[in-house]
Amino acid sequence: MQKRIFKIECNDLVARDTFRLVLRTDGPVAIRSGQFVDIAIPGYYLRRPISVSDSLPDGVVLYYKVVGEGTRALAAMPPGSVLELLCSSAYDREAFPPDPLRRFAPNPPADTGLAGLGSGFHPEKCREAALLLGGGLGAAPLYLLARELLALGRQVTAVLGFNRADEICLEQELRALGVPVHIATLDGSVGTKGFVTDAVAAVKPAFDRFYTCGPLPMMKAVCAALDAPGEVSLEERMGCGAGFCYGCTVQTASGPRRVCADGPVFDKEEVLW
Amino acid sequence: MVAKDLSVSLCGLPLKNPVVPASGTFGFGLELADTMDLNVLGGISLKGTTREARFGNPTPRIAECTAGMINSVGLQNPGIEALVTDKAPALRRIYDGVIIANISGYSVEEYAFNCARADACPAIDLLEVNVSCPNVHGGGMAFGTDPQSAAAVTQAVRAVTRKPVFIKLSPNVTDIVSIARACEDAGADGITLINTLLGMRIDIRKRKPIIANKMGGFSGPAVFPLALRMVYQVAHACAIPVMGCGGVARAEDVIEMMMAGATAVQVGAENLRNPLACPEIVQALPALMDQLGINSLQEIIGIVQ
Repeated sequence: MQKRIFKIECNDLVARDTFRLVLRTDGPVAIRSGQFVDIAIPGYYLRRPISVSDSLPDGVVLYYKVVGEGTRALAAMPPGSVLELLCSSAYDREAFPPDPLRRFAPNPPADTGLAGLGSGFHPEKCREAALLLGGGLGAAPLYLLARELLALGRQVTAVLGFNRADEICLEQELRALGVPVHIATLDGSVGTKGFVTDAVAAVKPAFDRFYTCGPLPMMKAVCAALDAPGEVSLEERMGCGAGFCYGCTVQTASGPRRVCADGPVFDKEEVLW
Repeated sequence: MVAKDLSVSLCGLPLKNPVVPASGTFGFGLELADTMDLNVLGGISLKGTTREARFGNPTPRIAECTAGMINSVGLQNPGIEALVTDKAPALRRIYDGVIIANISGYSVEEYAFNCARADACPAIDLLEVNVSCPNVHGGGMAFGTDPQSAAAVTQAVRAVTRKPVFIKLSPNVTDIVSIARACEDAGADGITLINTLLGMRIDIRKRKPIIANKMGGFSGPAVFPLALRMVYQVAHACAIPVMGCGGVARAEDVIEMMMAGATAVQVGAENLRNPLACPEIVQALPALMDQLGINSLQEIIGIVQ
C-alpha cells in the first residue's frame, strides 16, 4: 500500500446527492475495475472507501453520494484542493514475485503505475457477452469494467436500476462507449418500472457472464434470477481498508473473507445471502 | 545532531525503539510486509488469539467517532495452532524485532493452554495476555475487571511459561491500580494498558446502533489523556514495566507516554487511518528528541513524578 496526494480537478453534482469527483496525481495510474481507493477527508477520523469508476492515465474518476457529515465535507471541497488517498502499489506479483526472505520490500518500479485496493472484476472470464447490473451508485465501477470488456472485444449490455429519475447517473457515459443501457426505476418515471431484474426480464439480453454492484437485496435478487456465472461487488463498513484490521470480514462459502482485501468482488457462489 | 538512542529494554528483551503496533491493528504483521520495512519497528503485537479459530462478530464491526473509532471485530482469529505453527514463524523469517503473541481465552484453563502453546513457539518472544477485550461475551474483559480473576489468569499462565508475561488491562474499571497490583503480585512481568473503552454509536437515520453487536471498543486520540493517566498511575504503583497504549498518534505522544512511565508504547487505531503511522513515528523521534534535549529514551521513562 501507499499514500498518495491527489488534486481535485472537479467535484460536481451530477444527480440527486450524487457527485462526480475527478482527481489527478503525479505519476501513472493503472487501476482495475472493481478496485477502490480509501480517501482521507480532512477532519474525519477514518478514510472513506470509494470504488473507482474510471482510471485515467494520471488520475481517477469517482462517484459518491452525500449520506453523512464526511461525504458532505467532501462535497464542499473545491477544485484545486488536495486529498490523500490510500492506494495499492501496482505490485505485479507475476513480474516481481515476492521473496519471503527479503528484509525489506522495495517500492515497485515506478512505471507500473498506482493500483487500487482490493480485488477487481474479472473481465477476461467473460467468453463473448457480458451483462452489467448496477443498483444506484453501484453503476460507477461498471463503467471501468465496460471499458475493459470492450477492450477485450466482448459485447456489453448494462442494466441500471434507480429509485427515481433524478438519481440516474452514468447512463450517458456508458452509451458514449457504445454500450446499450436499459434503465429501471422503482417509481416507473424512466424505463422499466421496478427492479433491474424486471428490466432484464423485459429486455432478455444475451450474455454468458454477469457482473453486479449495488445494494445487497438487489444483488441477491440478481443472482437468484440469472442462470450464468456472475461476480458480485460487496460493500461493508471498513476500518483499515487494506486487510489488516479484520473490520469488514464476512462469512462466505469458502470461509471468512475480508471485503477490503479478499474482495470487494466475489464470485456469486461465494456469497452467503 | 548527536546520535539518538531510541532503544529500550523490556524485561531484558532489547527493543530497537519503543514503538509497537498494538494487537488487532496490525494483523499478524505479514499483511503489512509489502507496505513497509517491518524491521524499523521495536516490536509487533499480533492479533489476539484464542484456542479455537473464531469468525468474530457480525458486521458492521466499525463505527467512526470524533477523534476515534469503535471496533467490534470480536477476536476473529485462526486459533492458537495457526499462530504457533504458521503466523509467528512466518513473521520471524522476515522480522528481527520483538514478536508479541496476544493471548485471549474463555476460561483460566484456556488462557493457560494457549500460553503453553505460545511458550513452545521459538518465534514468540513475549506473551501479552488479553483480559480486557470488550467484544466477546463470557471471556475477555470479564477476567480483567476484577483483581481476583485477573490474578487467577496471571498465576495460571505464569505457571506454564518462562517467557515474559504482560497482562493487558481494561480501562473499564474503577480502580486500575488494584488490578495491576494483583497481576504483579501473581507473577506478571509487565502490564499493557489500556485496551479499548466500551462505547456505542447510533445511526440516527436508521434509529439503530451502527455496530451490529450494539457496543464496541472505543479508541483513538480521544482516549489518549485517559490512557496516559492510567499508565502514570500504574507505572508509579508497580515495579514491573508498562507498555502504554491508547490514542497514540504521533512521536510527541510516545514521549509523553514514556514520561508518564511507559517503557514501550503501542500504536493502535492510528494504524487503521494511516498504515504507515508506526514507521513515521519512528522516523520522527530523533528530531523531536533533539528539540527536547533527550539523548536516550531510556532516561525519560517515568521521569514525571
